[in-house]
Amino acid sequence: MKLRTVLTLAAIAIPITLISLWMGQQAYSWMPPQASAESKLIDDLFSFLVILGTFIFLGVGGTIIYSIIFYRAGKYDFSDGPPIEGNVTLEVVWTIIPVFLVIWIAGYSYHVYSQMAIREPMEIVHLHNPMEMESAYAAPEKNLDTQENVTKGAPESAVVLPPEEIEVHSRQWVWEFRYPEQNVTSTELHLPVDRRVRLALQTEDVLHGFYIPAFRLKQDIIPNRTIDFEFTPIRIGKYRLEDSQFSGTYFAVMQADVLVESPDDYKQWLAQAANREPSAAYNQAASEYSRFSDKAIKPGWPTIVPAPAPLVNQPGATSLKTYSQ
Amino acid sequence: MTNIPIESIPVLGKNPLPPAWRKYFSFSTDHKVIGVQYLVTSFVFFLIGGLLSMVMRAELITPESDLVDRSLYNSMFTMHGTIMIFLWIFPSLLGLANFLVPLMIGARDMAFPRLNAVAFWMVPVFGILLMSSFFLPSGASQSGWWAYPPVSLQNPSGDLINGQVMWLLAVAISGVASIMGAVNFVTTIFKMRAPGMTFFRMPIFVWTVLSAQLIQLVGLPALTAGAVMLLLDLTLGTSFFNPEKGGNPLLYQHFFWFYSHPAVYVMVLPIFGVFSEILPVYARKPLFGYRVVAISSITISVVSLLVWVHHMFASGTPGWMRMFFMATTMCVAVPTGVKIFAWTATIWRGKLRMDTPMLFALGAILMFLFAGITGVMLGSVPFDIHVNNTYFVVGHFHYIVYGTITMGMFAALYHWFPKITGRMYYEGLGKLHFWLAFIGTNLNFFPMHPAGLMGMPRRVSSYDPEYAFWNVLASLGGFLLGMSTLPFILNMVSSWVQGKKAPANPWRAIGLEWLVSSPPPVENFEEIPVVIAEPYGYGKSEPLVSNAAAMTQEA
Repeated sequence: MKLRTVLTLAAIAIPITLISLWMGQQAYSWMPPQASAESKLIDDLFSFLVILGTFIFLGVGGTIIYSIIFYRAGKYDFSDGPPIEGNVTLEVVWTIIPVFLVIWIAGYSYHVYSQMAIREPMEIVHLHNPMEMESAYAAPEKNLDTQENVTKGAPESAVVLPPEEIEVHSRQWVWEFRYPEQNVTSTELHLPVDRRVRLALQTEDVLHGFYIPAFRLKQDIIPNRTIDFEFTPIRIGKYRLEDSQFSGTYFAVMQADVLVESPDDYKQWLAQAANREPSAAYNQAASEYSRFSDKAIKPGWPTIVPAPAPLVNQPGATSLKTYSQ
Repeated sequence: MTNIPIESIPVLGKNPLPPAWRKYFSFSTDHKVIGVQYLVTSFVFFLIGGLLSMVMRAELITPESDLVDRSLYNSMFTMHGTIMIFLWIFPSLLGLANFLVPLMIGARDMAFPRLNAVAFWMVPVFGILLMSSFFLPSGASQSGWWAYPPVSLQNPSGDLINGQVMWLLAVAISGVASIMGAVNFVTTIFKMRAPGMTFFRMPIFVWTVLSAQLIQLVGLPALTAGAVMLLLDLTLGTSFFNPEKGGNPLLYQHFFWFYSHPAVYVMVLPIFGVFSEILPVYARKPLFGYRVVAISSITISVVSLLVWVHHMFASGTPGWMRMFFMATTMCVAVPTGVKIFAWTATIWRGKLRMDTPMLFALGAILMFLFAGITGVMLGSVPFDIHVNNTYFVVGHFHYIVYGTITMGMFAALYHWFPKITGRMYYEGLGKLHFWLAFIGTNLNFFPMHPAGLMGMPRRVSSYDPEYAFWNVLASLGGFLLGMSTLPFILNMVSSWVQGKKAPANPWRAIGLEWLVSSPPPVENFEEIPVVIAEPYGYGKSEPLVSNAAAMTQEA
């Protein structure tokens, strides 16, 4: 390559690199707050993907835009361009570079995933040799199947204490949480900060999806199965749990508040709730179902009758942020 | 399956032909008529699907559910998705392929003209079947275009004939029609090529149609079988997927995505073909790396059969499965990247003429570049666990289905409009259409990415107020996109009626279809062409066929 070409390419690559790195920093601000140990890992991965993506977008898109601006035919110029039909070196290079990039992305993603150790549905795993596939392209630090994995970077208390076990019951269209040790039920999900949490996800009817954006975690819940799901909340605050797998008519209102509390507040809440008489929780779907619909367009189609409001020790908020008029 | 000489069809020469427009409403076996029938029918459904989406965007312009009933909203996104895939993208691409493939390979028609016509006439049949479910007392299907059980099995009305049954019947019929089409295209491309039209002299569009139709042959039986099993569960009470009776709802997801992910490549590959046809014409340069682009189409269709679980990274899938399918999914990026680089190199140092087809093609490639990058992001399991089933995914695939496929389809319609109709379109209206569509697409679908990153789930009819800003932008974009079709319709209708007469080759393009008159005569070629060159000889001034004069002689 001529020196001039090298210099030109460098002059283009440097600003593109700088913009890409800057975008990678911006990427963190596009996400909800980092409320779980897992969210930090995922945000770092996303930032990396944004850096690579921006670089490729600006590089290729810039070349296309440059061509559109500078290689226009004159109004009366009906001649043809140079009959270049290919260039083997160039084609080999632009095949090998994406190969390396995707291996890099897949390896990094694999690494992050094994660090998260969220205990996805396992029952099929034991029928196979789970490690057969991965070892080919990435050397895991920890076996995916290791039960006692804790997300890297999680606080020490999350490692020392056994995981807090909570049952999650989903039905059309309400979430109910049960704390088996204290026999407390609630429609708010209270979680202790800096401690590993192990959820047992169950559904009584259709598929639902357990999704807390601030935790970056999601898992479908499947009938006739209990799916274990683990993570570590690290930031005290109030977040939202959303149903992420379409579950029928009132899918959009199947949400719940998630409260991450200090260990003391959490214990106190559990003790108080255990002494409270169960009462009917507010149920957005049931309330919309029983109300006369005043929507502009209503076909009056039959729908599944929402499950009755659960009787719980902690009925939670009386309304959701979103509501039907 | 040889080309039947024109003399053996005596009817056409002797009887006076009926008025031209009437043939488009008849059971014609002419591939060009069927092509136009597909294109026009699918465009009508495109408008219906678009209207549904505009009502949805009107609902989503505010966080509350305040415009349409929730059940109606659910049926709208179900039908929007179903119509756009099975009644717009699939049939419009088949229309394009029907018109172009026999012309491009030097055949007089498809291998099985009657099967071709039957396959087409099934489209309005299942289209009407699907639309009529809106008028059932139980309403149209409300379980999304995935129709995941158990929601799709719930049937609150208790009626035997309900929206979900109609939907499943429509999808099954669509599957059968598409298999017929696939058999026909694969046979045509293998068996009916003109002398000298070797595989590596076929235009890339033919390569991509072949790749796409091979996927149809392998994948569609899985979807059709899945749909039939779900139909049996719903109507006869079998228990393939019904968890209450010990069925496995996850099995359906595998059946569904085993086909429905490759289906994305069925939809996008022919559009890659369109880009590969259009760029050389308007850049006056050969397609860069023709053979590599051709092979990468086949590679994509093979790899696409092994990636379906990436739709199920948050579903009931074990870790090893998620990791394996992440690796296969990443592999698709390589042949796809090769194509984008080849297109970029094709226009590099060319003599670009930014007519409407070129504008649409380059706009679509830019948006595809963006969609490809977000697609690789989605292939990364940990990131996908956050954005799976959020608006990030909706934004990503609309950049594909609208930004790439529909824009690419418009590029193709403008580019081949003179060939199809024998008239020129109005360039000014075409450019207006492009800019409205380009701005509208980005305004509509880009804001879905930040909304999804914040955590807004897809398929909701109401949402938390913090997502409102991006939704208002998306809705405005959606309305603009709706408006953008008006100059297109005006252009197509008025140009067809009173446009300037088109010469055989208005774009100075290379290709067999440009050697015959506009519109091409019945049976296309007087004498079957003898091909002597590769398809993109721009700047080389060598002839494409050895018998140019004889093949176009009017009878």
